[in-house]
Amino acid sequence: MSIKVSTTINDDTVDFVCDESESLLDALRNRIGLTGAKEGCGTGDCGACSVTVDGRLVCSCLVLAAEAEGSKIETIEGMANGNELHPLQRKFIEHAALQCGICTPGFLIAARALLKKNPDPSEEEIRFGLAGNLCRCTGYDKIVRAVQDAAREMRGA
Amino acid sequence: MRYEAPETMKAAAQMLAKAKGAAFVLAGGTDLLVKLKSGMIEPDLVIDIKRTKGAYDIKKTATGFAIGAAVSGAQLGEDRVLKKAWPGVVEAANLIGSKQVQGRCTMSGNLCNGSPAADSVPALFAAGAKVALAGPTGKRTIPIEQVPTGPGRTSLRKGEIIEQILLPKRPPKSGDAYLRFIPRTEMDIAVVSAGVNIVLDAKGTVKEARIALGAVAPTVLLVADAAKAIVGTKLDDAALEKLGAACAAACRPIDDKRGTIEFRTKVAAVLARRAAKIAYSRAGGQ
Repeated sequence: MSIKVSTTINDDTVDFVCDESESLLDALRNRIGLTGAKEGCGTGDCGACSVTVDGRLVCSCLVLAAEAEGSKIETIEGMANGNELHPLQRKFIEHAALQCGICTPGFLIAARALLKKNPDPSEEEIRFGLAGNLCRCTGYDKIVRAVQDAAREMRGA
Repeated sequence: MRYEAPETMKAAAQMLAKAKGAAFVLAGGTDLLVKLKSGMIEPDLVIDIKRTKGAYDIKKTATGFAIGAAVSGAQLGEDRVLKKAWPGVVEAANLIGSKQVQGRCTMSGNLCNGSPAADSVPALFAAGAKVALAGPTGKRTIPIEQVPTGPGRTSLRKGEIIEQILLPKRPPKSGDAYLRFIPRTEMDIAVVSAGVNIVLDAKGTVKEARIALGAVAPTVLLVADAAKAIVGTKLDDAALEKLGAACAAACRPIDDKRGTIEFRTKVAAVLARRAAKIAYSRAGGQ
């Protein structure tokens, strides 16, 4: 048996068919071809699969695709505006805030959600805000600096 | 596996009651989907209750607050009125998991998952919360401390689903607080925890108190003796000492990789004293 789901993904209407027990992450990657969100742990601990659903930051591995019916989903693929990178994306590159890159889409989505709520976070607030995203390469310092720098630019400071 | 998202709680409860095989209720899914993916459970039916009426509502009522079963931690944290009235409850709920988990996790799920270490549960016990249940044949409301019966087990009957968590109205000069011990700074499960709710009289003497401990027994514990130890006092050192001793006496924890019996018992008393001081000061006590 399968379920038909209608969603809006990065401002596009997207309808797809999925299995009942399929995660939103698997539907995004395997059915819709949006492979930016990654599966790290599959248990909501690593944040590599972060997306927003109706504006809420979530782990897409812990959402059933069927639950997304009628929802507005935003993924890393919608973050840049055409060829113009989002300030967070640009600052991640400038600060070399990534090495292997697996965790990066999740960090960017989570960082954008953080800055939406708090445009001027302290270092501690950034570290708490991104505690649900694991990175095994950078040691986090470069990520924190990239987010601080992007926040500064986005505030126009 | 069948997935259903009924539009009323009654329909959801009837579906759950009639289900043959393994049926589970889905709200935020932060526990259920982990169990599903790891193969710990193999559901025949998953009933998503997030499309039911009022599931995302935080209502201020004549008797306090009614919090819908799908209200997420993030949503609780954004509700200024609720946070002002019940800061301990909201802080406890906001300690669950990461920001991503906060986007989905619910207090109802935290309660039904049945973990003695659930962060929101001691705070809800201390608050004197009640639980509004929808069942296949009708509704009933029970005190929250009647819900957990053991690790992973609750007293809910077949077909019953939590519809709302009810927090009482705040009397003047009252406050609550929740503290937990974890070896990290975030993203961890409580080794021990304590929730305290205090009501003062006009002179700043403790008139009523409720004190609950987490992760020191098979269920969260309401410690009546600890509350008794501070009623009638201004939370002086002697009263705090008695409160701590009553908490330590109530502990019957396990030894595990997170903490020993001795450690949990000692820290339970420390956290309960500290949480009581915060609750007392939030109630306006000096």
